Amino acid sequence: MKLSSESERQAFQLGCAVGLGFTQPLGQMRPGGMGRILAVSGSDRDIERGLLEMGFVEGARIEVLHHGWLRRDPLAVRINQTMTVALRRCEANAVLVGPLLDQEPEALAVRLGEPALS
Amino acid sequence: MTAGTLAANGLRSARIALVGPPNSGKTTLFNTLTGSRQKTANYPGVTVERKSGLLRTPAGHAVEVLDLPGSYSLRARSPDEAITRDVVLGRQQRETLPDAIVCVTDATNLNQHLRLLLELRPLGRPLILALNMMDIAQKRGCRIDTEALARELGIPVVTTVAMRKHGVHDLLARIDALLSGPQTETGVTATANWQEPSPDAIRGYHHEVERVLRQAVVVEGVPAHFSRQLDHVLLHPIAGPLILLFLLFLIFQAVFSWAEAPMDWIDGGMASVQQWLSGHMADSLLKSLLIDGVITGVGGVVIFLPQILILFLFILLLEDSGYMTRAAFLMDRLMSAAGLNGRAFIPLLSSFACAIPGIMAARTIAHPLDRLVTILIAPLMTCSARLPVYVLLIAAFIPNITVWGGVGLQGLVMFALYAAGIVGALLVAALLRLTLLKGGRQPLLMELPSYKWPNPANVLLGLWDRVKIFMRRIGTIILSLMVILWFLSTFPAPPAGGTEPAIYYSFAGLIGRALEPLLAPIGFNWQIAIALVPGLAAREVAVAALGTVYALSGDEGAVTEALSATLAQNWTLATALALLAWYVFAPQCLATLAAVRRETNSWRWAAFMFVYLMALAYIAAFITYRVALALGEAEMWQDALALLIVALAGLALLRPYIRLRLFRTGACRKEGNTSVASAPPHSGCGGCTLGSGCAKPRNRIDSANNQRDEKTFQQTSP
Repeated sequence: MKLSSESERQAFQLGCAVGLGFTQPLGQMRPGGMGRILAVSGSDRDIERGLLEMGFVEGARIEVLHHGWLRRDPLAVRINQTMTVALRRCEANAVLVGPLLDQEPEALAVRLGEPALS
Repeated sequence: MTAGTLAANGLRSARIALVGPPNSGKTTLFNTLTGSRQKTANYPGVTVERKSGLLRTPAGHAVEVLDLPGSYSLRARSPDEAITRDVVLGRQQRETLPDAIVCVTDATNLNQHLRLLLELRPLGRPLILALNMMDIAQKRGCRIDTEALARELGIPVVTTVAMRKHGVHDLLARIDALLSGPQTETGVTATANWQEPSPDAIRGYHHEVERVLRQAVVVEGVPAHFSRQLDHVLLHPIAGPLILLFLLFLIFQAVFSWAEAPMDWIDGGMASVQQWLSGHMADSLLKSLLIDGVITGVGGVVIFLPQILILFLFILLLEDSGYMTRAAFLMDRLMSAAGLNGRAFIPLLSSFACAIPGIMAARTIAHPLDRLVTILIAPLMTCSARLPVYVLLIAAFIPNITVWGGVGLQGLVMFALYAAGIVGALLVAALLRLTLLKGGRQPLLMELPSYKWPNPANVLLGLWDRVKIFMRRIGTIILSLMVILWFLSTFPAPPAGGTEPAIYYSFAGLIGRALEPLLAPIGFNWQIAIALVPGLAAREVAVAALGTVYALSGDEGAVTEALSATLAQNWTLATALALLAWYVFAPQCLATLAAVRRETNSWRWAAFMFVYLMALAYIAAFITYRVALALGEAEMWQDALALLIVALAGLALLRPYIRLRLFRTGACRKEGNTSVASAPPHSGCGGCTLGSGCAKPRNRIDSANNQRDEKTFQQTSP
């Protein structure tokens, strides 16, 4: 299997995680939930940039620590085990989180039974 | 000039700017570097403070250090961050490009903080990276190869421990080396061509940081667990709000009880100065100006200094320890129902002591619209200057009886007045956010820094700053307002055969009498109308003014007692209640308006606040007066109270059906398509090799979302 460019690798990783049903928006996660960020997006570039600037970047490891006492909003999220950021559920939904894969996506693909795509 | 050195050309001292993300210990470093040789001013046109200080390096160079507002990125999101960007890029008026930039980063959080340095690097200015809080990083077992870091970044790197004096030795040596070296003129075009980074550029910076850190970090430290564990308690869904409530109670208690003694001293001091003056000066206009204008007026504001200091002491302690962001976290959901930001909580809390420090504290709110709304509603919080008026009127008109279970009726009315202010403020905030100050709800993206012991030097310097600002304001704008008010209530002098009190014939009296027809519909007589005019100086002055109008004399306590009896005879209950309602809303404080003018930098917003508060006060007083009249004077107040309680109970019962959905759904619906779940990003699907399989997982997620939505809907519907 060849995944030449970085974007192809990312797309593949995303596809695998989505295929396994392991992804969810950050806003849906419960305290204690961990994962790795698969994608940060937003129709609003400013929100996307704001999230990126606070460390919500593809590949970052995140852990949801707390939520607010009223309607479970906002969330406190730990990024890369160094920084804790509070954000509202609404913005958190622009972050898509996948499982905390410690292997390369290729290895995951092998575990999946290698879909026919080489 | 290119060949000379900065130190040699000697035309001016070199200037160094400290740039760094919030919570990187930048201000502590600044305080350590400059000590007490600091100056706080304002940048022209904005309310951002310009903090600068002087420093002499070991080699003897004089250096001006500029502490720029903390920023995660050069892409500014708030007025503070815009200042940082503009100074660094040389775009700020009356501010030349700094000779060197010291980028301050938290060594324990390098993979988030180094990105700012990478944004600064292309600007081509001389740059030094200061790895701050190095002691904490080492304690956590983290080891950083600073030489490798310097090599990879191409920038000199020093480690600092800002909390200790000797911790900045390396940095000073570096600054010296930089100033003795040849001065370069590079970077001018680079700064002129700067553009906001695109999302992908930011991703690129992240990757570069990762690459650099792979080279430079020898041992990654163990993350701190102390803050995490503390957060488990302080952010706990039940314990968290309770602890916050307890802290607030403590602060309130302190503001009102600790401040009592110093306030008495100030009061006593003012009184003795007044006495001394009246004993040693001949009756003259100057004496009247000094006693009635300057000392009474300015003293009425200075007396709040102890309260303001205690309040700011708590705020600074909470801010410095890292709890303040937690308080904002806990309050955000509640505040956002009224379209406010969690950070608005502290300014509003401060406003219960006095609206002026509250309005000053609104600076911590990054977003201009949120800040403006917070400033505009701050005067609705019941400040302590209203208390004398409330106490007077309640003592005169509300019978001192207990109702239901030992609760005093007087206390109940007092509570209702406080509650009316809070409810009014939240409604006004919601209304403003829907109409005048529309505009996207600002996202809350706030770092929750690690807890640490507050640094005493930081707290003391911060406190000293507040005192200076407050005293400067009293010395300038408040003093001049007081003098004008004194003039209005003194001239012209009463005619020889005048039977009314002197103020009746003055300009203030004229204004009051002119206002009387306007105020008659809300039940105010000419005495009240006249008292309201000097009452503009400070709310509690109205009590003294009423004393003057009813020709009573004596010290304040005696006047209040006598006045209470006089008022109970002369006014109807409806009038008293209307005046109370008036005082909940009316902008009876010029000092607050001056503060608003200064913080928003426009008379327009100060005028707007004046008008809307006046309108609100008039409407509230009108309704109160008419309702009280309709309910038939003194005997019916119990029925009125009963009606009010029934109405409140009804509201409480109906609450699940009345939903202020405006902000909750509005904002998210608008940004709904930011959700990745409904639209995969990156055009990942276009390039996705899974082809047709792509639709399936997408549907699955969508349906999963729908299910969740249905579930939450079921949970929330009664």
